[in-house]
Amino acid sequence: MAQLTMIQAITQALDLELARDEKVLCFGEDVGHNGGVFRATEGLQKKYGEQRVFDTPLAESGIIGLANGLAVQGFRPVPEIQFFGFVFEAFDQIASQIARLRYRSGGRYSAPVTIRSPFGGGVRTPELHSDSLEGLFLQTPGIKVVIPSTPYDAKGLLLSAIRDNDPVIFLEHMRLYRSFRQEVPEDDYTIPLGKANVVREGKDVTIITYGAMVGVSQKAADQWAKDKGLEAEVIDLRTISPIDIETISESIKKTGRAIVVQEAQRTAGAGAEIVAQINENVIFHLEAPVLRATPPDTVYPYGLIEDEWLPTPQFIVDALNKVTSL
Amino acid sequence: MSKTVAEHSVSYVQVLDENGKVTNKDLVPDLKDEQLRELMSRMVFTRILDQRAIKLTRQGRLGFYAPVAGQEASMIGSEFATTKEDFIVPGYRDLPQCVYHGYPLEKLFLYSRGHQEGGRVPEDVNVMMPQIIIGAQIVQTPGIALAFKLRGEKRVAVTYTGDGGTSQGDFYEGMNFAGAMQLPAVFFVQNNQYAISVPREKQTAAETLAQKAIAAGIRGVQVDGMDILGVYTVMHEAVERARNGEGPTMIEAVTFRYGPHTMSGDDPTRYRTKETESTWEKRDPLIRFRTYLEEKGLWSQEEEEKVIEQAKDTITEALKKADSAAKMKLTDLIDVMFEEPTIELKRQRAEITGEGAN
Ligand SMILES: Cc1ncc(C[n+]2csc(CCOP(=O)(O)OP(=O)(O)O)c2C)c(N)n1
Repeated sequence: MAQLTMIQAITQALDLELARDEKVLCFGEDVGHNGGVFRATEGLQKKYGEQRVFDTPLAESGIIGLANGLAVQGFRPVPEIQFFGFVFEAFDQIASQIARLRYRSGGRYSAPVTIRSPFGGGVRTPELHSDSLEGLFLQTPGIKVVIPSTPYDAKGLLLSAIRDNDPVIFLEHMRLYRSFRQEVPEDDYTIPLGKANVVREGKDVTIITYGAMVGVSQKAADQWAKDKGLEAEVIDLRTISPIDIETISESIKKTGRAIVVQEAQRTAGAGAEIVAQINENVIFHLEAPVLRATPPDTVYPYGLIEDEWLPTPQFIVDALNKVTSL
Repeated sequence: MSKTVAEHSVSYVQVLDENGKVTNKDLVPDLKDEQLRELMSRMVFTRILDQRAIKLTRQGRLGFYAPVAGQEASMIGSEFATTKEDFIVPGYRDLPQCVYHGYPLEKLFLYSRGHQEGGRVPEDVNVMMPQIIIGAQIVQTPGIALAFKLRGEKRVAVTYTGDGGTSQGDFYEGMNFAGAMQLPAVFFVQNNQYAISVPREKQTAAETLAQKAIAAGIRGVQVDGMDILGVYTVMHEAVERARNGEGPTMIEAVTFRYGPHTMSGDDPTRYRTKETESTWEKRDPLIRFRTYLEEKGLWSQEEEEKVIEQAKDTITEALKKADSAAKMKLTDLIDVMFEEPTIELKRQRAEITGEGAN
């Protein structure tokens, strides 16, 4: 098995799917000839031709609108938004059009579109490149939001996303693209959407998280075990819409305490939704309120201060200490 | 140094003038007598449908409705130039084109009432549900057109918007995509002079709306939108060019809406005068085409009466069908959110029905 970075795993998934299903098309700004600014589509245009993998004019609403029209005609488009901070340009086409297509047409049309986009902080991008805007789409009925945390997951989840008959926003954390390698099978495998993964077992507190915060939370849990001798269970949600409340509930029944860790600002995000669902499902198993470990409700900060702004292992350890002292 | 690097012009097309007289013999379309009668019947039907729909909305028997009287030539003439395989991507006012493209009338009534069945376009009908968001359909059209091109099908995607719609960024994005990719698409703008209350002059400083095509590198044509032969001629050319891989066209049809913007409380007397209205009513598409046909011996009062009676019956029939549609349930909404409801949706469904989630 090859050791792949997340970006290589993503390319491999796109390659497999382009080969398997001729209805799959990849496009966006710089996606074709250049292979994407992060090289996610590297070599794919050469292999599949300009009809399957292509550059578009620079217009996000146009790109997602194109995907919408293609989907209505039975294609399975995989458009790329170059950086997720630009998603506002395409908000209407995603939230009011693609996500509602099945509903508006009473099921006559559907939008099997997978919108890929790099996002996430810690890589010193210019403004409006790193923002964690996934929470906006949790409030949008009709669309799924997938955020892988490892190369292995990225490949399996992306294959599921493209094969899903509903629209999916597939968010790729920029800091994870090349930060580590992992064994990724060359063959075709899928990871179901909407199913979380318990990446570290523990009996004292449940950490619920996703994306780049999975690794940071694992570090925090290891440090906490060393310092305090307590074991945190870490759940990687993999999909934040829908949320796998079953896996979360099972864990809380065991630990009785939980924190949610997210890279997005605190208010009204995935964390808030998770806390609400925990309340509705397993409140009587809780021994303490569920806490959120998040950055403050500011605009995503300038590069010089982003490391302070983003949750660190120590920041998460503090939250673990707090929730166990309540 | 300074030199001219590009020069563009926009042409205005008219075939029949206000008196039903041919102003441009070369552009008279090659249509059979039967087809000419059909065009007239469709315009008459549309006028009757509009009158009836307005009444029905007032009686609370329809929901959202945007009147079309005045725009019959633009709507009917343009759709007539397409084939059933071509795909119509309409705005909220473009119901007549949908009807003649095969969208069942009863479904459009259901759409107006906000019934989910109204959006369920039959499988073999190449129409999208009417769009509410101004401009959204215009960026979707290149996607549909690209699908045709990729599959090597000789089909065309046709989208409609109003003069206000041409101010949206999506309008330009859609045309630009179609131009850059040389797609079989037609962008049909019905310049009915007002975007709700905002007059065309306040919408843009551009002399014509058709010239907006030039920036996208596609053909732009202006046509007398109350002259059905003119509309058909420019549309036929645009559709055939698109079909033959000669690229997209944007058409500006200069027309007028006689009624309010929609039946939801708009009062046109707040933003236009009686004189303006009567000036436009003199250019009425039905009157001038009727004159033209009568002079050719192809139309009569009797014939028109017959069409009106048939129209009334058809509308009554469709209303009956719409009335008999099953009542919508909250659970129907939940069931079409995704192919398979999510865990949370299943739980919410169970809350509504009082059944346990499984
Ligand atoms: C994005 C968006 N903005 C505003 C509206 C509200 N609105 C509905 S119709 C309309 C005017 C549209 O005018 P025009 O494009 O000229 O079309 P017409 O109604 O004259 O056919 C406005 C402002 C809307 N539906 N969508």
